[in-house]
Order: sequence, then structure tokens, then C-alpha cells
Amino acid sequence: MKITIAAMVASGLLFAGCGSDSEGGGSSAETATLGQEAATTYSQIAYQAYSDSLETAQALDDALTALVDEPTQASQEAAKAAWLDAREPYLQTEVYRFYNGPIDNPENGPECQLNCWPMDESYVDYIEDDPDTGIINDTALPIDEETLRGKNEEGGEEFISVGYHPIEFLLWGQDNTEPAEEMPGLRPHTDYLTEGGTADNQDRRQDYLDLLGDLMIDDLQFLVDSWSPDDESNYRAGFEGGAWEDALTKMLTGMIILSGFEMAGERLQTALDNGDQEDEHSCFSDNTHRDMVQDARGIQNVWLGQYRALNSADSVDGTGIVDVVASVDPELADEITDQIEESVQLAEALRPDDSDEPFDLLISLGNTEGNAKVQALIDSLRAQEELLQEAFRRFGFSVPEPPQ
Amino acid sequence: MVSRVHSPLFWASRSASFGALLLSAAGLWGCSSSSSGPVADPAEAFPGGETTNFFLFAGREFAQPAANLEDRTPFFTGDSLFNQSWVTAPASTTARDGLGPTFNTNSCAGCHFRDGRGRPPLEEGGTLESMLIRISLPGQGEHGGPVPDPNYGGQIQISSIPGVPFEATVRVYWEEEEGAYEDGTPYTLRRPRYEYEDLAFGPFAAGLLESGRTAPHMSGLGLLEAIPNEVLSDWADPDDADDDGISGRINMVWNETVQEMQIGRFGWKAEQPSVRQQVAGAFNGDMGITSPIFREQNCPEPQLECAAAPDGGDPEIPLENFEKVVFYSSVLAPPTRPDYEEPEVLRGREWMRDLGCTDCHKESVQTGEHPSIPEVSFQKIRPYTDLLLHDMGEGLSDERPVFGAEGREWRTPPLWGIGRVEVVNEHQFFLHDGRARGFAEAILWHGGEAEEAREAFRGLPAEERQALIRFLESL
Repeated sequence: MKITIAAMVASGLLFAGCGSDSEGGGSSAETATLGQEAATTYSQIAYQAYSDSLETAQALDDALTALVDEPTQASQEAAKAAWLDAREPYLQTEVYRFYNGPIDNPENGPECQLNCWPMDESYVDYIEDDPDTGIINDTALPIDEETLRGKNEEGGEEFISVGYHPIEFLLWGQDNTEPAEEMPGLRPHTDYLTEGGTADNQDRRQDYLDLLGDLMIDDLQFLVDSWSPDDESNYRAGFEGGAWEDALTKMLTGMIILSGFEMAGERLQTALDNGDQEDEHSCFSDNTHRDMVQDARGIQNVWLGQYRALNSADSVDGTGIVDVVASVDPELADEITDQIEESVQLAEALRPDDSDEPFDLLISLGNTEGNAKVQALIDSLRAQEELLQEAFRRFGFSVPEPPQ
Repeated sequence: MVSRVHSPLFWASRSASFGALLLSAAGLWGCSSSSSGPVADPAEAFPGGETTNFFLFAGREFAQPAANLEDRTPFFTGDSLFNQSWVTAPASTTARDGLGPTFNTNSCAGCHFRDGRGRPPLEEGGTLESMLIRISLPGQGEHGGPVPDPNYGGQIQISSIPGVPFEATVRVYWEEEEGAYEDGTPYTLRRPRYEYEDLAFGPFAAGLLESGRTAPHMSGLGLLEAIPNEVLSDWADPDDADDDGISGRINMVWNETVQEMQIGRFGWKAEQPSVRQQVAGAFNGDMGITSPIFREQNCPEPQLECAAAPDGGDPEIPLENFEKVVFYSSVLAPPTRPDYEEPEVLRGREWMRDLGCTDCHKESVQTGEHPSIPEVSFQKIRPYTDLLLHDMGEGLSDERPVFGAEGREWRTPPLWGIGRVEVVNEHQFFLHDGRARGFAEAILWHGGEAEEAREAFRGLPAEERQALIRFLESL
């Protein structure tokens, strides 16, 4: 088969080159206007979602400091609640990954400083079979920013020393109970008591946890600044000021990879295939169902051009990617809207408010009903991935085929 | 009318400041009517044929599955097993216990970080992180393979589980030598020297041979496995019958599964016949994990604590999980080449051809039928290797025979993806022991059959040397 330039070019970076016909209606004035508007709405949402992430991280940092200053069951529970709150906006930002934007460009993107996963918990602190393991119990190592950041990913992809998941582990501890017991990790608050406490090196554990909160704030501030509307030379300025086709390519790429590779694949399929709670995303806190809901919602936010902020006055409602796609293919736009909504609902159905059944129980071998719930979400996310790729192609963006 | 919109992302990728995703395949070429000089072939953007990965982002350039993969489920599970840390047996996490008793690292990703490339320690006298030391005695052992040291086996294990001694601590020092290009520009080459501390089982046997090994990046292994034997036989020219100074040889090696000698394809000496055996060898030698292929713990005779240590089942990685890691390793896709049509890159490609580099770093080949992975079958690929052994001269010799490979002989390593190592692994240390600091030094180490090509490189003007390097960076 002789392949045409247009078919080879694809990939969103070159629109139908050399005067050959453009496949979609992507170059109409209306679509171009909507595309530019969608890039602006997306920037507003990204800025607000990172701002909300920063605000909740500050509350988390305060709660961590309070726990460290006065370790009680109450202060530990308050810190756990603050962690759960902090996850809600942050997870909605995950859709801004996968195109070398501020969060994960290889030079200075803080993704892995914030949210790397899975983590080998024995890299940070004691585990059931090994009381002396981890940075906390290696008294030769100082607990400071340089050490903790430098240790992150040193010697292996699971050697994660900073970010949300190490904080989660230091609050909840290992989830050593059977999934059927429906319990998360059970770290006692006395792990932080320097007198009469449990485990060793409580002072180092205090310093470690306290520092993690500070580091997270620095990283989130970087992301807020990158998407701030008040800076003419930041990432957002280039994103909004560049070609709308380029922005659309990035926006759709983040949606496609989060839907298919990251959520359906690495986080759900692997866990279901292994039936092992070690493979669930938030394994210490049993908060994996919220990860799925808010990841899916993050996709929906940018698709619809809407974001519900912590403070409703900051909420965003503008031109969404849906409007851009609808200007060239209204039916496809509707299909994607429905599929994304289905994914959000299936994610919420993983663990309804009245259910105590955590994700690790859903994936357990022999739990036919639970497995089916997870599989349904995987299937919906894959369908969503396919439809979004269809939108890609509709604009003449696609992964090219090799010449024969 | 939109003619051609070059996104900033596309251009940014050229300075590697942003990298890029979904890069244009045909890009600049095909539109210009005023082309002079070397012409790009659109197929160059598809080093892995239909498997080629077009998602270049976030330093995960090597981590994507074949683009044409039908069922990604085993890929994801394999990925999880590849990254996970193995723990000491017995443990509550039975799916991942069995580390050691002695080992080099506790996960595949420990050396192949982000499915990428390992390196020597950065500091003078530093200890090993993502490389290891192979050892053996002169002569041939079982099936013609290396003769293990009686106390330490075939590889130095630098770590161990509690209660079991590790074999030694290895420190790497460098010895430098000066040289110059023909135009007088000086350069420095370095070769490693290994020092051993805390040798737990006495001195090595007399005449011990040693050789460093960095972990190569993982691209396109299934595709390489699918290159037909006949093609390799055709390429081979052991007696240099065509008198071109290049005498590629096939390394015949032992296949443990079928219990016969087969063509070696993988490893720096082409000492492994299949991805399966390569993976099993790494589990066993590097992590101390027994698998369906190698069921014996790696405990040389004097290492009594090692032999007495509890295991994590027999085998420690069961067949089903083992096969998923093999599958994962087989379908990691070579990355696309967004810059393949840049004029300087094309000029560098011409030098690759003119200097004779592509006599061994073969540009393209058609794969045959892979026994179990249709996605890698019948693909036109551009791996830049012939998988054959070549005499690389005294400078690179480790004097250590491995099956048919002599000390001076090394397998032509595939070059696809090698330009992405810098962004994925944040280094540019090349060759088997990572001695080369960048592409130029790697070329300058070439000797033996490649001496003529190296001398031609040394004689090029600086900007043409740079064009050749730019080509390698574009891979």
C-alpha cells in the first residue's frame, strides 16, 4: 500500500501537509476559535486544580506538624483526614501529565517527587518482617531535603522516598490485614512518641514526616506558578499563546494515556490480574477507589471545560474540548461525553458511600462480583481511550503507520 | 488554508528541553521540492516497524509497549513484576519473596531503570549500582561456557540477605589515556580497574578473568529474537570470504530449555539464545531468584550459609509470572526518531555508511515469524546491529571467553533508542562496562575489525564528527 503524506504525517504536529486535503474540518475558523478558547479554559482549570492541591497540602502540612508535635490518636486521625482531603484535588490534576508539561517534563517536572508509585515501603520505614529497614532506621543518613530528594528513585523505580505515598505509609503503615477484614494499614500513633513509643527512631520518623509536608508544598507551588495567569513567560503563556492544534494534541494525549495506559492498565489491570493488594494504588489507606473517581473526574473536567473548585467562587466553566470536537463531529463528541460519564460512574460504583468493601477486596481472587466491577471500569476506560483516539484522528492527529 | 503547522512541541524536542510526544513521522520531508544532499526515508521514523513507540514523554521513552499490541494485559502485569522489589523469604508477600541469598540488586528496574540503561559509579572508587562484574577462569566449562571460580561462581554478588555473607564489595577506579583526532583536538579515554574488598571466601583462583557489565536498554528484544537464523547465517562471514576486513561470527551457545547448542543473540557476548533464557539468567544471577529455567540457587560450594538459607518456593518466580516478565521484555517498543530528517542527522547517517559503521551496525532487516508474539513478526526494523561477534581489538578485550566468543570479540550492540538514554537515564555511558563518556569515546574505543572505520572517524573534520554523533543522538 502506498501511503499518502497526509496519512504519514498525522500525529497532530503537522496538519495535512503540502496542500493536500485536510481530513477533518480542523481548520475552520469556528473550530480554531473554539480550540483557542479550550486551551484557555484548560489552563484555568489546571491553575485552579493545582491551587486547590496546594491549599489542601498546606492543611496537610499543618496536620503533620501537629501530629509530630503531639502524637495522639486524634492528631494522627486528623492528619489522615487531611491527607485524604489533599488527594481529592490533586488526583484531578493527573490528566495534565504525559505530554512533558510542567508536571512531568524530564528536566524539572516534579511528578515523581510528588506522586510516584508503586513504592517499596521498606525503603522508608520498618515493615512487618524487618524492623531495621528504611531510611528512617538508617541513622547514618541525615533527614534533610537533599537526602530525601536525592534518595527518591535511587537504585530502583519503587524506591520512593518523598511525596503523597510515603506520607500515606507514614500515617497508615503497611496494610497487613487480609482484604476480607476490610481494614487499611494500622500504624499506631505511638510510632511517633519519643518516650514510651513503639518502633525505633521515633524522632527521625517525626522529622521525616514533617519534612515531607514542606517538600510537597514547594513542588505544588512550582506547578501553580507554571500555570499562573500572571506570568508572561511561564508554561501557561506558551501553552495559551501557541497554536491551538498543539494545545489540543497535548490535552488529548494526557486524556488518552491516563485513560488507557495508566488507569486501565497499570493501576487496574495489573491489580486485577495479580489479585494482590500490593498492586493497589493507595494500598496503605485503602483510598484507591477515590483515586479512580478523581482521576476519571479530572478527565471529565478538561473534556467539559468545567471544574468545581474548593471555593465555589473559583470554579471554572468555559469552552471544553467537547466543544472543539463537536464543531467537527457532534456525534463523536456526544459518544465521548457519555463514555467519560460512564467511567466516572463505574469508578464511583467501586465503593459506594454505604460500602465498606475496599478495593483490595474487589480484586481478590474468587470475588466474582468485585472483579466484575473492576473489569467494567477497565472496559469503559478502554472504550474511552479508543474514542479519544478517534477524536485525534478526526483532526488528522494520529499515531502514524509505517510505510510499507 | 493551513499549509504546515509546526507545533512548538515539535521544535522543542530538538533541543531536548521538552522532548515530545506523538512526533511527526513524515515531518519536514516530502513537501520541499528543493532537496539536495542525502534524502530521508520515511521508514526511518519507524525503527520497530509497526511496533514503534510514538509516545516520547516524561523520560518514559523506553517504557511503552509495541504500538500494535493486541492484548496489553500481560504487558502491564509484567511491568509490575519488572519494577517490584523482591524481598527475603519467607515473607507475608509470598508473590515476591525469594531474593538472594546473594544478589546484585533486588529488582529488574534496579539496573534497567525505566527500562533503560545502567551505568558505572559516578565517583572514583564508587561501588556498583546498575552494573556487575562477570568472572571466570581461562578455558571452557560446561557446554563450552565460562569456567566459574570455585568460590565465587561466574559473577560477583555484592549483596546478600541477613545471615548470609555477600561475596565482595567492588570499587571502580579509572585509568586514563590521552589521544588526539587528526586535526589535533585532544581527547581522553578511560578504562576501568576493579578493586575488591571484603572478599568473603578467600582469594580468587589464580588467573581470574573479570569483565564489567552495564545493563543495556530494553528496546525491541522480541523483534531481535524474530530475526531469522538464516539471515544471521547469511551475514556471518567467519573467514572473511568477501575480504572486506569484517568477519562476523555467530556465537553458538547452550539453550538450557531444549538442551542443545543454538545461535546466541542477547548479552554483550551474544551468550544467550533467547529472551526467556536472558530473563531467567538475570533473575538467577543478578537477583538470586530461581525460575522455571534455572531452578538451582546460585551458591558456590564453600558458601554454606547461602546453600542453607530458606528459599521462596520452587521456583521462586512461578511459570505464569515468569512468562509475563518475558513477554513484557519482548514487547517494549523501540522509540521513533523525530529528528530523522534533520540535515545534520542525514549527513551523519551518510558518514555511518561511508565509514563502514553500517557493515556491522546493520541498518534494516525483516523479522520472520516469532513463535509466540505475532506483533513482532514480519516487521521491517532498523536495529543497527547484526547480532554477530566481531573482533574489536586489544583495547576492548577482556580476555574472557564466553562459549565461542573470545576476549576481543563482542556482539554488535543494537543502536536503536540509544539517543534516548540521555533523557531516560540521565547519562551517556556506553560500551559493555560504561567506560565511554558519550558517543565519541565509544567510537574511539573501536579497534580490530573496526579500526579502519575508527581511524576514518578520527580523520574527519570536527563538524562532520559532530554530524555523525548527531545521527546517533537521533536514534
